[in-house]
This record gives sequence, structure tokens and C-alpha cells, in this order.
Amino acid sequence: MGQDQFPLIFEKSKEGRIGYSLPEFDLEETKVEDLIPEEYIRKEDPELPEVSELDIIRHYTALSRRNYGVDNGFYPLGSCTMKYNPKINEDLARIPGFVHIHPLQDERTVQGAMELMYDLQEHLKEITGMDEVTLQPAAGAHGEWTGLMMIRAFHEANGDFHRTKVIIPDSAHGTNPASATVAGFETVTVASDENGLVDLEDLKRVVGEDTAALMLTNPNTLGLFEEHILEIAEIVHGVGGKLYYDGANLNAILAKARPGDMGFDVVHLNLHKTFTGPHGGGGPGSGPVGVKKELIPFLPVPVLVKGENGYTFDYDRPESIGRVKPFYGNFGINIRAYAYIRTMGPDGLKKVAENAVLNANYMMRKLSPYYDLPFDRHCKHEFVLSGRRQKKLGVRTLDIAKRLLDFGFHPPTIYFPLNVEEALMIEPTETESKETLDAFIDTMIQIAQEAEENPEIVQDAPHTTVVKRLDEAKAARKPILRYMKE
Amino acid sequence: MNFRYLPTTAEDRKEMLKEIGVESIDELFSDIPEEIRFEGRLNIKEAVSEKTLTKELSRLAGKNKDLQNYVSFLGAGVYDHYIPSIVDHVISRSEFYTAYTPYQPEFSQGELQAIFEFQTMICELTGMDVSNSSMYDGGTALAEAAILSCNQTKRNTILISQSTHPEYREVVKTYALGQKLQVEEIPMKDGITDLEALQNRMDDQVACVIIQYPNFYGRIEPLKEIEPIVHGQNAHFVVSSNPLALGILTPPGHFHADIVTGDVQPLGVPQSFGGPHAGYFATTKKLMRKIPGRLVGQTTDEDGKRGFVLTLQAREQHIRREKATSNICSNQALIALAASVTMTALGKRGIREMALANVRKANYAKEAFKKKGFEIPFEGPSFNEFVVKSKKPLKVVTERLLEKGMIAGYDLGKVDPKFKDHLLVCVTEIRTKEEIDYFVKEMGEV
Repeated sequence: MGQDQFPLIFEKSKEGRIGYSLPEFDLEETKVEDLIPEEYIRKEDPELPEVSELDIIRHYTALSRRNYGVDNGFYPLGSCTMKYNPKINEDLARIPGFVHIHPLQDERTVQGAMELMYDLQEHLKEITGMDEVTLQPAAGAHGEWTGLMMIRAFHEANGDFHRTKVIIPDSAHGTNPASATVAGFETVTVASDENGLVDLEDLKRVVGEDTAALMLTNPNTLGLFEEHILEIAEIVHGVGGKLYYDGANLNAILAKARPGDMGFDVVHLNLHKTFTGPHGGGGPGSGPVGVKKELIPFLPVPVLVKGENGYTFDYDRPESIGRVKPFYGNFGINIRAYAYIRTMGPDGLKKVAENAVLNANYMMRKLSPYYDLPFDRHCKHEFVLSGRRQKKLGVRTLDIAKRLLDFGFHPPTIYFPLNVEEALMIEPTETESKETLDAFIDTMIQIAQEAEENPEIVQDAPHTTVVKRLDEAKAARKPILRYMKE
Repeated sequence: MNFRYLPTTAEDRKEMLKEIGVESIDELFSDIPEEIRFEGRLNIKEAVSEKTLTKELSRLAGKNKDLQNYVSFLGAGVYDHYIPSIVDHVISRSEFYTAYTPYQPEFSQGELQAIFEFQTMICELTGMDVSNSSMYDGGTALAEAAILSCNQTKRNTILISQSTHPEYREVVKTYALGQKLQVEEIPMKDGITDLEALQNRMDDQVACVIIQYPNFYGRIEPLKEIEPIVHGQNAHFVVSSNPLALGILTPPGHFHADIVTGDVQPLGVPQSFGGPHAGYFATTKKLMRKIPGRLVGQTTDEDGKRGFVLTLQAREQHIRREKATSNICSNQALIALAASVTMTALGKRGIREMALANVRKANYAKEAFKKKGFEIPFEGPSFNEFVVKSKKPLKVVTERLLEKGMIAGYDLGKVDPKFKDHLLVCVTEIRTKEEIDYFVKEMGEV
């Protein structure tokens, strides 16, 4: 069998087959040579597959069957908030009046779309406690960079050109330091204390007149609420720095606490996490950014404005950081988020946070006898276990993750955050039932037992997937990044 | 009040709290300092039922003039094209759209293989060695190309032709600002990059030269003549290309481009008010290890079976953190999948046929305008767009065309006041002869 079992679409190609139906060509067939200079006419056709429509459908259906999404089963990937993606959102995002509109149409012909965007911004302002929101960033990291660029513009507008440093906790997601670098800052790491929270003494040590901002996720990536957030805000603001909120973990505090009230000056949200935008196998996401009043002048253009005669895009923003993306963001994802917020309302969103936190704490308590719990306190939407006990038995966290595949569960996030050895970061989300959590807990307990009694079965996992463990070193050593016809 | 997405019952809640060893949910939130606990009720709209929500959003959508009811000659970076029916069926398979990034390859072979095929097709179209798995859009992909060039050449000047999409130019400038890089625009002459001006501006501090092909005004830029000017100073040759056009045009790789980027929207992605679309990023073997974003590579499993994994991850932010040269994490995977399905459906023959139909129809329209005595300011070979100068004030013309059910095109006066009453017209394979004739006639009769 080998590779013939799952051929690439190119390997199914046969000359003469087609899978398309172009509109009738109703003009005279002018010679291409009369329209395009000879040297700009493509000589060799691109090697795209020649297949029938059924070939295509069978191919992608087969591929989809070798993929796993939230609709297939439990997906407790920490910091990713793999909650249910409501189907009504998919339907609403496909209404022709939303799908078939062009971003450069006359504004008067797209007032419905602009109204939805505006209302979503208003909702996000209230949820985050910020004064203004832009929907333009395409994803979380894009939002981080946008927010940091605004912070830089704010400082520079104050004649403050020496704030070159962004402080980032050691538990932060990798996009934080990368975004800071792309925005032209140097990064400084602040350590976590023995409780898994920002070490205030270390923070005091690293802040200074060169501090542009502190980036923080709250709850942090350990799933712990930074309970000293007000002191943190005071320390950072005290030296003239700004406080940046990474909204990756907002799910835990919806209607329970708002970044704006905690002292954050800039917030980005991941609408594809907290607000049910489907992850799409890696995207598209949407990463709106909210700001406090004093940062409003620096918002990227265009800014959506509601006036007496309807909605307009304002480009006349002399202090704006400029444009961060062509057009207005991932509108299709924003529709889904809006539909979700409207479905849940104020009481529903609060219940989301409560149940997300309940589920995480329940799992944490049930699993803590079997796996090390480095920070033993109430968690928020997620918690981090350490596989160091199993490691001593020769079973690594990677093995545990692979063994979970055999039971039909997607594994948690592993080896992150970096400040926990053999980390397993588990985020159940609120859309999972107690029965599902119990089934996962039982499996994790079984794997812990296997690690003691029969470690090979874990070390050799997965046993039931379409492929076994893949040779990643080989992939990187001699990269094959495309198909070549033999 | 119960919510259909929340399965936890009152009974479940009680049992779970007991297991945790707390009395109430509130205790779990006791680590939030009182001063910042949000005690009120969010002042947002009340929850609504599926039916009510559908009605409400349908009402909003109904306020938009959508292109199923209007005949559009508007392009300018986003296009009205044939989208095979199968595309939405494939991307609606929830195994694809409800999945995360394929971090567990054994559970994600479908997505990984689909991306591997996407990378292959982008390489084929662009004539490049390597493609990544997608970027946010054509504009940010171009900005990343410019930054890569600066990092690689250790130079800090980005030259961008004024014939590049104005919004792309703006995005490049914003990205450059962060890194303290200089962006300079090279003027346009007769609708294409002014080669003399480019030649005169070149020096050993230029990291890259950015050319759009076909350009924003529809013209086919003379890549063959531009390339030696760029490489003469060892700068990177960066080309932003509509991938559909590459079905008929000589690929930039053939002209030794170092990086080719663009947006796959013309390949099966609806206009969606500007997003989500997806950028692509293709480059040479030499720059393979500098490419931003995710890459899928082929390998084997323990039994020697072919399989696919995310690879060369040492480039990426989650490994390199502050040393990463790009911060991209989430990309536009599902949109790349839509483009893959479209490229697969079109195949070798269809992509050429579709691209050619665009060239022919747009040229037919251009000729029709000329016959009617309209000025075509930038005469010369073009793909599916061209500029026509309106005889009457453009505002009046477009207003009237709208009443007739037509979206006229893009008012270039917005880009540059000197292009007052210049209309950028796009004609794709979708437009019929009848529609084109009617449009040209109405443009003349206002």
C-alpha cells in the first residue's frame, strides 16, 4: 500500500479530465498574441491537476476524514479555546448581502455591513471596558503588533523617543516577543514568582524610563489570574509605560472582569477563540484591538464613524499609525463573532466564563492526584500540569499526548508555557459536558497507570491513527515542501 | 436561563463544585480583586433566538447592494469571479473548519496534505521553488516580503512602484515604520513603473524593489527589463501578483523574482467586504529558511509511510520568540483550502482558459470604449483591468450607473487628485458581452 493509499491530487491527474464550468465565452476568440507581448505569454502550463468533479470531492472528503476538529470530539488545547463553532454563525456569514459585497463599493451601498461592524465594535467596547475598538487586525498576533505600534506612536507624540523596551512575562505566548520585535522594540523578560504570577520585585527591577509597555495575558498562560494586576498597573504606569492586554484568555473573565477596569490601555481580542470564530485549520482569525481614550488618535485607518447620514470610513486621521491591512479586517469572521455575542447576550456571556472556569477547575482537581500540579490554586479557564512524574518512568509528555490520540481525544497544548517542565496545558471550554470531561479524565488516569505498568504502550503511541509518529527531523533536514512530478 | 451551547446542568454544577471543594462558583473567582470585579450586567443587547437573529442579520445584509443583484466592473484588488460550487461544500466540512493548526500531525494529515498541495500549486503558478501555507492577505504578505529582504540584505531601503495597489503601499509603509526602514515610491510613467527613475534611484542601500504584476492599473509590467536593474545592485526583486493572471502570464519566477506574493482571492474566494481572503508567499530555495509563517513538509512515519508535518519551525515565533523576524501565527488556512479546491477544479486547462477569458473580455471592453471616443490614458498590454477617462464628472456617471444596476469601477481620483474622473474598470470572465456593451453605452450617455 504505502503512499498509494492516500495519493496526492497530482497523482490522480489524467490528461483530458476537467472539474470546472466557466461561463460561456460570448466574444470573438481574439489571438492572445495580439493582446499580450510574446515574452509575457506563459509558455509552460502550470502543473495543476486534471481531475473530474467527483475526483475532487472524493479527494477532499478523504482528506477531511483524516482530520480532526471540534465537531469530531474533545479538543482541550490550552490557550486556544477550542469551543463549539455554532452552525447558525456559518449560515449568517454566508448571507449573499454579506458575502458578495466589494470593500471599495460606495459606502452608501454597504451600510448594512458597516452597521454590523459598528455594533460589534460597541459590544466589544462594553465587554472589554475600552473606549474605542478597531476590527482591522486579521489575527491575534496582527492585533498585538497593531497595538504596540499605537503605543509607540503615543509615546512619540509625547516627544518620548526613548521608550524602546517592551516587558514580557516568561510565561507569555511566543507571538508577544515576536510582535514587539516586528514593531521595533527590544524585549525584556519578567520572571514568574513561585505562585506562577508576575514577580513584582522583578517587575520593579526591569521597568524604567525606557519602558514602552508591559504585555500581559490575564488570566495568564498558566490559567492563573494575576491578582496583583492593580499593583502591576501602578508600577508600569508609574514609569510612564502602557499596559497591553493579550486577549487570548478572555474567555475566563467575560462579564466577570474587564481589562479596561484593570488598568489596561490597549487590548486585543481573538474573535476566533472567545467568540467562536472557527479556527479553520489555522485561520482565518480576527484580532480586533481596543484602546483607552488617549490612544484613539493613533488607531489604524480607516476608522468607522457613525454620523447623521449613516456610517462612513474616516481616513483623515493625521496621528494614525497608518493602514495595517488592506480593507477592513476579516469581515466574515466578525459576522460570526457578532452572531455569537447576540446569541448569548449579557447573561449568556457571564455563564460562559463561569462554566469555562468550573470545567477547568473540576478537571484540575480530578487529575491532580495523577499528574503534578505545579501551581496549586484555583485556575481560571485552563490549567497546566507537569508530566515530570511520568518522565521519571520514561514516559514523556509528548508520549502522553500521542497516547491520547488512540482514545480519540485531541491532546492538550504541550511543552508550553516554557516555565513548566513537561507541560500539559488543558483548556476544556464551557461547551463541553461533564460526561465528556469525565471520559477524558478517565483516559488521562489510565495513561498515568500505563506509564507505571506498561510504559511501552504509551511510548509507542499512537497505535490507531492513519499514520504513526512522523519523522520531523527528516522533514527539516531535507525539506520536501512541494510535489514534483517524477 | 439555559443556553444551547452550554451543557452544564444545575445538577452537574453542584456535583462539580463539590468535587472541587468549593461552595459556589463565585469562590472560583475570588482571586479577582474586589475593586475590579465586574459586578453589574454587561450593557449589551439581550440574547436573541436563532430566528430573530437571522431576521435581524438578513435585514442588515439586505441594506447592502450585493453583486448578485448588481453588475460589477469594480476590481482594484478584489474581484468578481467564477467560484466553483464545490468550494463551499469542501470548506464546509467541519473536520476542516473546526480544526486548529495541525500541531498533532497524526490527527491532521488531511489538512497537512491539503496545504502541501496548496504550496505545490502556488509554486507552479508563480514559478518559484517554495511557498508557505498562507498569509493574512496580499498586502501584509508584501510587507513581510519587504521586511525579509531588509533582514536578508542588511539594507534598509524599500523601493515600491507607484503602480502597486495603494492600500498595499500603505501597509508596507506601516510595517516599515515599526522597523525604521525607509520606503520610497518609484513614479509611474504611462501606467507602468518608470524604468529610468528606478534605474536612477538604485544604489547599494536598496534592499528590494516591489513591482505589482499585473499592476494596480491593469498593466503588465515589463519584468524582464526591471529585473537586471534590481539585481544589478543585488537587491531583492519582489513581485506582487494576481495568481489568476499567472494562468496566462509568464510567471515572475521565470524573470528571476526573489519573492512573489499576492492574494488568492481571485481563486474561489468571495469578496466578503474585503476579508477573509488569503495571502500567498513564494520564494527561492535560497530564502527557504527565512520564509515567514507555516510550512508543510513531506516525511515518513515509523513504518515508512508518507506523511506530512509542519516543518522548519525554528523560523517561527513560538520557537524563536523575540528573535523571530515575523510574528505571524494564525494564518488563513481555510481560505487557502478554498483556493486549492478552485485551482484543482480549474486544473491546468481551466486556469489558462479563465485567465485568457479575462484578458479577452477586458480588452474587448477597452476597445469598445475607444470606439466610443473615450480616452484610455494608459494604453498598452493589460490583464483584466484598464483605466478609462470619463467624459462627464465621474460622480454623476457612477451614480446613474448604480441606478441602472451597475457598479462602475474604482474612482482613481481617490488615489491621486491628478486622476480625477479616471475610472479603473475591471472585466472578468463573469461579465457578458451584453453587460459590457450596455456599460459602455451608459458610460457615454450619462
